[in-house]
Amino acid sequence: MRFSEIRDHLAQFRVGIAGAGGLGSNCAVALARSGVGTLVLSDFDVVEPANLNRQYFFSGQVGMLKTVALKENIARINPDIIVIAHTEKLDSKNIPEIYAGCEVVVEAFDRDDMKEMLIGTVLEKMPGIPVIVGSGLAGWGHSEAIKFRKIDDTLYVCGDESTVAGDDMPAMAPRVGMVANMQANTVVELLMKKSRDYFRL
Amino acid sequence: MKILLNNREEEFGAGTLTVSEMLKQKKFSFRMRIIKINGVLIQKDMYDETYIREGDNVLMLYLMSGG
Repeated sequence: MRFSEIRDHLAQFRVGIAGAGGLGSNCAVALARSGVGTLVLSDFDVVEPANLNRQYFFSGQVGMLKTVALKENIARINPDIIVIAHTEKLDSKNIPEIYAGCEVVVEAFDRDDMKEMLIGTVLEKMPGIPVIVGSGLAGWGHSEAIKFRKIDDTLYVCGDESTVAGDDMPAMAPRVGMVANMQANTVVELLMKKSRDYFRL
Repeated sequence: MKILLNNREEEFGAGTLTVSEMLKQKKFSFRMRIIKINGVLIQKDMYDETYIREGDNVLMLYLMSGG
């Protein structure tokens, strides 16, 4: 299959990304480069200097809302991608509304309690919509520990499932990028399995 | 009883046990997790009341901070 055909197929779909930090910004860029038609982003944070060690932002964007900065960066890569940006904090009430119409939702939060809340909400309130989770990416090295696991048709995990990010074990570009790109790879795989005439059925 | 825990067979002494008891017996101590039994998501506040029975398929995922 040629890339032009893959891109045209992916252009039909809408993907939700919950969080626009290390996982979300890098995953969004990989999906935009692949040609996924619409990306729904949400994040309430602004870009800080400390984020530049792993997140897809530039030093001149410090102080901007992450969603606004990421929308700008995606437009520079591929102006055909539609980016819908939300800046409200996600909760179990607004998640089904914000991600309505998405084929897949990528869990790209930093905090474990937010990860749990998002996954629980999508599984419970958006039946049939797969969630791609990032869990375990702190530190450096140990490439062999980072893996992909399909739990069932609606739950997929990327990461080492063991390291916890903190002051002495920071999240850094190489391993965050590996996990974010594995999440994007999973999204592409799921979307490529969907029928070409998806919206005409 | 025998159950499938993350696709591996596990044996427990009791005939049935709650999710909370299983977590305690296995010394699973991380706070943030997702548990599904036979494909159904188990809410955190139901761990004390939800029973695992012979042959159940239990899937568990730990959520580690970092992103």
